[in-house]
Amino acid sequence: MAPVTYLDAIRQALLEEMDRDPAVLLIGEDIGVYGGAFKATAGLLERFGWERVIDTPISETAIVGAAVGMSYLGLRPVAEMQFIDFIACAFNQITNFVAKSHYRWGAPVPIVIRGPAGGGVHGSAFHSANPEMYFVHTPGLKVIYPATAYDAKGLLKSAIRDNNPVLFFEHKFLYRRIKEELPQGDYTVPIGQAIVRRPGRDLTIVTYAAMVHASLEAAEQLAREGIEAEVVDLRTLLPLDRETIIESVRRTSKLLVVHEDTRTGGIAGEIAALVTDSAFDDLDGPIRRVTSLDTPVPFSPPLEEHFLPNAARIAEAARDLARY
Amino acid sequence: MKSDPARRRPELTHEEALELYYYLRLNRSLDELLVRLFRQNKIVGGLYGSLGQEATSVGTAYALAKGDWIAPLIRNVGSLLVRGYRPRDIMTQYMARVTSPTQGKDGTCHFGDLKTHHVVAPISMLGDLIPVMTGVAMAGRYLGQKIVAMTWIGDGGTSTGAFHEGMNLAAVQRAPLVVVVENNQWAYSTPVNRQAPLHDFADRGRAYGIASYTVDGNDLVAVLRIAREAVERARQGHGPVLIEAKTMRMLGHAQHDPAEYVPREMFEYWKARDPLSLYGKYLDQRNLWNEKEKAAIHARIERELAADLEFAENSPFPPPELAEQGVYCQGCHDIKAEWRRAKEDLMPPKSSVKPEWTIKNFGAMETEAAVAADHAEQPDAAMEPAVAHPGQTARKRKIAAPAPRRARR
Repeated sequence: MAPVTYLDAIRQALLEEMDRDPAVLLIGEDIGVYGGAFKATAGLLERFGWERVIDTPISETAIVGAAVGMSYLGLRPVAEMQFIDFIACAFNQITNFVAKSHYRWGAPVPIVIRGPAGGGVHGSAFHSANPEMYFVHTPGLKVIYPATAYDAKGLLKSAIRDNNPVLFFEHKFLYRRIKEELPQGDYTVPIGQAIVRRPGRDLTIVTYAAMVHASLEAAEQLAREGIEAEVVDLRTLLPLDRETIIESVRRTSKLLVVHEDTRTGGIAGEIAALVTDSAFDDLDGPIRRVTSLDTPVPFSPPLEEHFLPNAARIAEAARDLARY
Repeated sequence: MKSDPARRRPELTHEEALELYYYLRLNRSLDELLVRLFRQNKIVGGLYGSLGQEATSVGTAYALAKGDWIAPLIRNVGSLLVRGYRPRDIMTQYMARVTSPTQGKDGTCHFGDLKTHHVVAPISMLGDLIPVMTGVAMAGRYLGQKIVAMTWIGDGGTSTGAFHEGMNLAAVQRAPLVVVVENNQWAYSTPVNRQAPLHDFADRGRAYGIASYTVDGNDLVAVLRIAREAVERARQGHGPVLIEAKTMRMLGHAQHDPAEYVPREMFEYWKARDPLSLYGKYLDQRNLWNEKEKAAIHARIERELAADLEFAENSPFPPPELAEQGVYCQGCHDIKAEWRRAKEDLMPPKSSVKPEWTIKNFGAMETEAAVAADHAEQPDAAMEPAVAHPGQTARKRKIAAPAPRRARR
């Protein structure tokens, strides 16, 4: 079997789920004939036809709204945001209508809203965002942000089969840059479970999405210096896998949180509160974070590189913390 | 159109005539009861009345068939009653009791049910229901169900972006959706001419290339007539329909609001056109009822409201810990897609298509007359599911409103 890219893993998940269940259909902009801005839906119109791969006007609110309505009749729509930045255009529909539907009046909304997120590709302020925390702050949603092709496929399948609204963030920097062998046949990855990507005794790095790879790179470097960092990939941000985080920090006594999202209001703050609450006595140092700057995503390469966290900065913060 | 459903059948059967009166009067009496409860401090939060708008709520919902779907707004108490909800459901909602449809999780007419009533609960952010009901309509068609989705919006709500996105998507998808724009002259304190400089909100339909109607929203029979025609159009696959019902909100936005911004003579004008009196006169003039039948309906309503009020007042408030439950649906989902067509049609190889657009007549400068003629030639062309039509002609897209009939008084 040839290795599969993160992007192809997503396409495979969509295709296999649509093959499995005719209730699964796709709705979004330019996903049909064109196959999506990143080709995540390439070939799906050809296979499943106009009724199951629905190209819409430029209307994010209507895309999400229509998906909700479809789900009320037992369908399993997957809505694409061409770039996840545009999810802001559907913010009200998602946070007020979708997220509260089951709580308020018992109507489940089994939909998936997916799209390319994240920076590092010089997309500037409107094609690089990491808006996940708006939605992590919204009870009723599930928020997934995978870091590997295996997880992307398995988690997307879980998201489609889940009975709740799931926001599925795909890191566009990873789309074609990472690949791996995937198992033959159907498999899923459970929502709400973090995974230890690399074991270590000296400190815990909690991270997700593209920063998993930057953190693993930093951990390699640190290992050469004799510092063993444990890297925890959250995979799901909501609901958060508190146990895996706490359990790791109890072993290493030190915590560094790394995210590509901007600093203030990022998930590092929530995790820091969680750990001081549940494992304060186990801590041997301050909880540190490496994040993007509190600015919009800038355009020019030197600016964007300055804005984003990277392996060197993660290693530096980890070294500092290990020495504490 | 070849056949006019309104002409084929008698306007109203005797049973329908009485049933409509029952709903109209029940809507009014329930509203009056809720006002009393509000003054007795038995209602939690605000009370949003439907006084003056009952004919629009009842007449439009009455045009639907059993399997159809609705998404009402908070003033559409009449629509909820027609769709089978009982006064106790609305009372317990307003009184925040655990026996309410939302168990106290939400109030007012913010409730619904996917399985039996096919009612999608409203949210306060106006316009959001339009794309949602577009999705309901699209899903119904996808599953091969011949259903129609209906929702309501005020004159003010048509100013939202969600309204536009939803109408436009419904239009390009030719979804079986009926949108009732209740032009009740006021959006909270803002008059209709500050929402849009339009004489008729039905004109908004024209901008989406869909059929639209204007109807006297206080005339129950006229509303029902137009709604039946609109529902039939949508069900036949001719795309969404917009109905503007001109009516008047005969009170403030909610009970706290004395509506002093409304000119007194405006209330007087509309009071003379009270929907209940108008319909009573209609029944009198056509001898569709007698005093005995009228009294029986009133007695029934009184009896039902008394029983429901007793139920509501004896209902407990929800236990506090209920607040923690139901954020996620865990093992609760039992909505099964009801297929009324062969699933194989949606699976390869049958579903496979050539992935390219076919655009006919591009560059053609067409007149409205040509469009109308085109439609007259092939009245059933629109019955094919629009989603399967990448090759839909530029012509049909341009102005698909085939001679919208205006029922204006």
